[in-house]
Amino acid sequence: MIEVRNLTKTYGAQRAVDDVSFTCEPGTVTGFLGPNGAGKSTTMRMICGLTPPTSGRATVGGVPYQRLGSPGRHVGVLLDASAQHAGRTGREVLALAAMTMGLDTARVPERLARVGLTGAAPKRRVRAYSLGMRQRLGLAYAMIGDPAVLILDEPANGLDPEGIHWMRGLLRDFADRGGTVLLSSHLLREVEVIADRLVVIGSGRILTQGDKKDLLGAAGTLVRTTDPAALAALLQRMGITGTPSVDGSVLVPSDPQTIGQAAAAAGVVLLELRPAGAGGLEEMFLRLTAGSDFEGAAR
Amino acid sequence: MTTTTALATAPPAGLPAGAVAPVPLTRLTLVELRKLADTRAGMWLLIVIGVATAATSAIVLGWAEASGQTFGALYGFGLLPSSVLLPVLGILSVTSEWSQRTALATFTLVPARGRVLAAKVSAGVLIAIGSAAATAVWAAAANLLAIALGGDGTWTMDSSLIWQSLLLQVIFVLMGVGFGALLLNTPLAIVIFFALPTVWTILGETISGLRDVAAWLDINVTSQALGQPDMASGEWARLGVSTALWVLLPLLLGTVRVLRREVS
Repeated sequence: MIEVRNLTKTYGAQRAVDDVSFTCEPGTVTGFLGPNGAGKSTTMRMICGLTPPTSGRATVGGVPYQRLGSPGRHVGVLLDASAQHAGRTGREVLALAAMTMGLDTARVPERLARVGLTGAAPKRRVRAYSLGMRQRLGLAYAMIGDPAVLILDEPANGLDPEGIHWMRGLLRDFADRGGTVLLSSHLLREVEVIADRLVVIGSGRILTQGDKKDLLGAAGTLVRTTDPAALAALLQRMGITGTPSVDGSVLVPSDPQTIGQAAAAAGVVLLELRPAGAGGLEEMFLRLTAGSDFEGAAR
Repeated sequence: MTTTTALATAPPAGLPAGAVAPVPLTRLTLVELRKLADTRAGMWLLIVIGVATAATSAIVLGWAEASGQTFGALYGFGLLPSSVLLPVLGILSVTSEWSQRTALATFTLVPARGRVLAAKVSAGVLIAIGSAAATAVWAAAANLLAIALGGDGTWTMDSSLIWQSLLLQVIFVLMGVGFGALLLNTPLAIVIFFALPTVWTILGETISGLRDVAAWLDINVTSQALGQPDMASGEWARLGVSTALWVLLPLLLGTVRVLRREVS
């Protein structure tokens, strides 16, 4: 169980993460979606106590990460597969993790085999590993303490299609056995299949979150008007929060008929009024994150 | 540590006790010791130290006067390579966490960064003592050879020299760890570690006004007393002051820096 409450991180005048809150429940996979530089990694580093938040808090298993004496036994973390010593062998990397957690290093070969690092790979130095192999090693590293929670930043990066398929199976199985998974991606397709819940972030802010089914089903209605201010006022009176997009249209979580009638009654001129579509999630993701690209990447 | 003990008595539901209790410092120290030798750079550094130490004995046996072929001479000269190169291992143990970005993995497994640094300091002390012990064993073997080859082969050595030589090793390794923690950059830390005290020595010798200060603050000068038996109290005081400046201060500031620095 991961709980994030009002996490905020500012670098100078820039808000890399702005009032982010979400919860990851046991037995679920939460997809943390957003373009590069949206604040995903900063949020994850704050959850893991590597970056001090400006305000807000995060807990894992009900406890701030830093208060876990040996977190590896409860939460497996893979934030950057490339952040391993190039001069160490894959086997040594896992052996050090096992030793630190007070576990028998005898489990290392089997754990390496489980992520597909067999043959000569365990004895080779990480320098010689491809990014895909480093991701596999990173997954083995995160899981060696038999944790109940997994926090993975872009774990599919560098994996081939077969590898991505394998990883999905691994994480699905982990969650089905009661585990909690938080994984980030900048590609919707990567997490669409496996995630139960989605948290979409852009420019440091949560744009939307909820069950994948709800988000898929209720992608909402696309509204375009000549008078955005009047539409905003109308939506506010209706108690609906619309999501403006850079192209001037607004994604409204309601059905076209309700919006159309209300707009007619209020005299708001509509240029476009249509359901956001069945491929709604992807469209929503693109719409929500359009324009927010790289804004937070300066860090 | 009160928070940890409070947690240990009442772990939140679903948290295994193994995750709540802090990692014992002994275990962390073993991990850090292993990390000194399990990379290519660390392993080669240790091999070079070993070969160079062996070479010092060969030099004494091959070229020194027969009267100079004693255990004390073999041991004293044998410590030279490790006293120069072990600090580099101390530097690497901290800086490689940042240059190789392993700090990310290290501090996610052990969020208490101070404990990791403490373990690195302990590992540095242990490797300094270990290398001195290994040098003593090697020097003893070389001394037996000296006796067989007609050298002096005297075994006696002032006991104060044993402790003082150990202290010398430890001081320089910890100075390396301190510089590593302060600078968190491998090439910079190595260059500054070797250059700065030397520059200070040169300045102290050339600028007359600095001479009195240098006698207290130049660790190259004050540590020379450790090579002579039975140091005087004044020499200890000078060593203490210069050690505070070159070892304790970098360690302290470096710890603050490591604790505060954002890991990414």
